[in-house]
Amino acid sequence: MNRKYKYGIVIAIIIIIAYLTIIPSSQYERVQIAGSTSVQPVAEALADAYMEKHPNVKINVQGGGSSLGISSVSQGITEIGTSSRDLTPQEKEGLTEYKIGKEGIVIAVNNNNNVTALSKDQVKGIFSGAITNWNQVGGSNTQIHVVTREEGSGTRSSFENLIMDGTDIRPDAVVQSSTESVKQVVAQDPGAIGFVSLAHMSSDVTAVKIDGISPSTQTVASGSYKLQTAFLFVVKGEPQGTVKDFIDFTLSPEGQDIVKGQNIVPVNM
Amino acid sequence: MTKYEEFLVEKGLFITAILSIIVIILIIGFIFQQGFPAMEHVGILKFIFGMNWSPSDDQYGVFTMIIGSLGITALSLLFAVPLSLCCAIFLAELAPRTVRRILKPVIETLAGIPSVVYGFFGLIVLVPIMRVYFGGTGFSMLAASLILTVMVLPTIISISEDALRSIPVEYKEASLALGATHWQTIRNVIFPAAIPGIITAIILGMGRAIGETLAVIMVAGNVAQIPNSIFDPVRALTSNIALEMGYATGIHYSALFATGIVLFIMIIILLIIANYFHYKKKVVIGGGYL
Repeated sequence: MNRKYKYGIVIAIIIIIAYLTIIPSSQYERVQIAGSTSVQPVAEALADAYMEKHPNVKINVQGGGSSLGISSVSQGITEIGTSSRDLTPQEKEGLTEYKIGKEGIVIAVNNNNNVTALSKDQVKGIFSGAITNWNQVGGSNTQIHVVTREEGSGTRSSFENLIMDGTDIRPDAVVQSSTESVKQVVAQDPGAIGFVSLAHMSSDVTAVKIDGISPSTQTVASGSYKLQTAFLFVVKGEPQGTVKDFIDFTLSPEGQDIVKGQNIVPVNM
Repeated sequence: MTKYEEFLVEKGLFITAILSIIVIILIIGFIFQQGFPAMEHVGILKFIFGMNWSPSDDQYGVFTMIIGSLGITALSLLFAVPLSLCCAIFLAELAPRTVRRILKPVIETLAGIPSVVYGFFGLIVLVPIMRVYFGGTGFSMLAASLILTVMVLPTIISISEDALRSIPVEYKEASLALGATHWQTIRNVIFPAAIPGIITAIILGMGRAIGETLAVIMVAGNVAQIPNSIFDPVRALTSNIALEMGYATGIHYSALFATGIVLFIMIIILLIIANYFHYKKKVVIGGGYL
């Protein structure tokens, strides 16, 4: 008999756990967000703040890249897609875009490098492999070591759109899998050059002036620093209900403060 | 009641036993199903022997990474096998009790360190040293191999030490009684008899080396090119999957699974070769079935 009780208890526990995991999901209103991995931290911070104010809403933020975010919105798989690049005319069809912030792309070199300013064409030359030594751009006689991000990274595709104009990044560039490791490499190697997002900049590496303008929150906000990209929320058609409310929240002063807290330049600054 | 229980236990154990096989078959099936579209899109031969990996230009060729994976693995085994065999012989035959008591746990601790720690150590310490002494960026096949060497050492050492210890003491006694020295006994009797076990140790070490992902990503440089020397950066098959899986969609996604298929087949081929030697040695040496 004793054993039968044990079985009974085990089965009861399993049923209770199953109930707890399955049932509550239907009581919440769910919003799915997917897309650019660069936008992900901002979207998560916004979602957390929004969920605190509206406990009956569950917002789920996923990565996957800008292209995935856009395609899943147009297919109706997710309510909001995020993108760190501009949409192509075909992609724009039937979608509404909301600019939630601006991000600068910083060209970073080692702190001991005496080259502190480059033109856009010089950066392109360096990353395409046409320029291979720092003395070709006014520096010391050191070989240039190009560091790039992996294929598909949001920062890399923004960089390619802004600088490379369809030219390939030299195939022997060292590939690092995160912004932090790009910075790590550039901080160690006197000949290295890489690109990182402004939000992740720190004093470990030096930001190069591009066409005479150094990257900062101010120059990105004013538009004078050209290497910048907009963070977009994309929805299908006109947003309604919770989705609209969430986007309004994002664009409100409170939401924009959260954006700023993630080192992203707010839209109206 | 007992008969019923007997039946339940028997079937329960059977189910758990086949469950692991079913899981493996499911995984393999899934990988093949997901990877097949890319193989079809690119062409199997073009996929395996293609030299250019550039998903944004619809170019999928993994040959450079096959070379990368094989190069890193071969080089690390080249360093690790002699080192670990010497260490295993010392531990099994020569080490005084106290030394063994300290050395054995230390080596086992090496196996417990997470690979990201090895990778980070490589990135911070090894790569700058490589850059200063050998030029280039420092990210290289050699750096990856050295990190992997340290990672596979504990596997090979502890399994081959077990193999050496499992040789019956009569073999040793007979050899010593015939007037052989300790070293002659080790070289001509104990070591040959333990070879099947040592080959197993090397196979497991090889498996660990070829499958290691994170540490390799951090120090190998991940350049999809055939290296001209061991000081050039390389990309391994595993790194390719881990690097790009986060963003890949469509054919690119499928191509990463196809990379997994290539890796899978490569490992099977290496295992077949290794098992063949294992089997052959077993037949030649009388004591092999130990």
